[in-house]
Amino acid sequence: MNKIKTLADLKKLQSEVQSKIKLREKGDIPESLVQIKVSMATCGIASGAKETMSFFIDELDHQGIDALVTQTGCMGYCYAEPTIELTLPGKEPIVYGFVNKTKALEIIEKHIKLNELVDGIIPVNYSSIDN
Amino acid sequence: MKDLSLHILDIVQNSIRAKAKLIGIEISEYPEEDQLVITITDDGTGMNQEQVQRAIDPFYTSRTTRNVGLGLSLFKQNAEMTGGSFTIESELGKGTKVTATFGLKHIDRPIMGDLVGTLLLLITDAKSESDYVFKHQTRTGRYELDTRQIRQTLENVSISHPEVRSFVKEMIQENLEQIQISE
Repeated sequence: MNKIKTLADLKKLQSEVQSKIKLREKGDIPESLVQIKVSMATCGIASGAKETMSFFIDELDHQGIDALVTQTGCMGYCYAEPTIELTLPGKEPIVYGFVNKTKALEIIEKHIKLNELVDGIIPVNYSSIDN
Repeated sequence: MKDLSLHILDIVQNSIRAKAKLIGIEISEYPEEDQLVITITDDGTGMNQEQVQRAIDPFYTSRTTRNVGLGLSLFKQNAEMTGGSFTIESELGKGTKVTATFGLKHIDRPIMGDLVGTLLLLITDAKSESDYVFKHQTRTGRYELDTRQIRQTLENVSISHPEVRSFVKEMIQENLEQIQISE
């Protein structure tokens, strides 16, 4: 049986990661990263926001895309949960509704990687041309 | 909510919104008394007496984005459905304590679910400003995790770093298997 991981093992990992971390310095500046906020209130959680969030974290890490995936409160679109807000570097935030794993993958493949909008946008950040 | 780990994730969001610095999640199994007790404590802003009374009202919320607040009501309902009980204690400026007691072997008790995933999401959130103390007591043992110790060990390495994340995941998984938590 393997030995259970302890804080001492974590310390070892810390020094390994420490030496690598300088290679990816921009990780400290959120504006230069793809940012995803997952709505994580009762409505979101009950509709599967946890799976969506875990999927984004794992998939983006797997594909080597530097991203900041965080939790946020209820945005008021309870009917469309799970909802996410996606901000690409230098772009306006865009809110997507009904983001299950399939949708999440589509968003990663099309929106994040190719910068093409995907179906399912909730027009919350809409501003007219006069403003 | 399909399982207890989702309830925990949900209730902890209240503590996060109350600007808690330290959040305690405690799960205790008492097979002899046939009880499963989940306690969530925080040192956030707390509530006044009127708010405490109204907190379990599904049509009360402090949010402005919607008019219902179901998190605590659903948790209470699930606990009481299994012959258990539910209490909220809170004091302004000191924090809040939510305790839910479930019938451990009751047929209506929701399963524990993906507890590791829930803890991982909370603990490794990149923008999280809260620390967590997680305790799980079973018949065979006890596991305690304090994120302040983890942060201290990590120094300037982020807890949300992918390698740290998978390490923490395995660490929690192994420890929970060791103490044989009830599903």
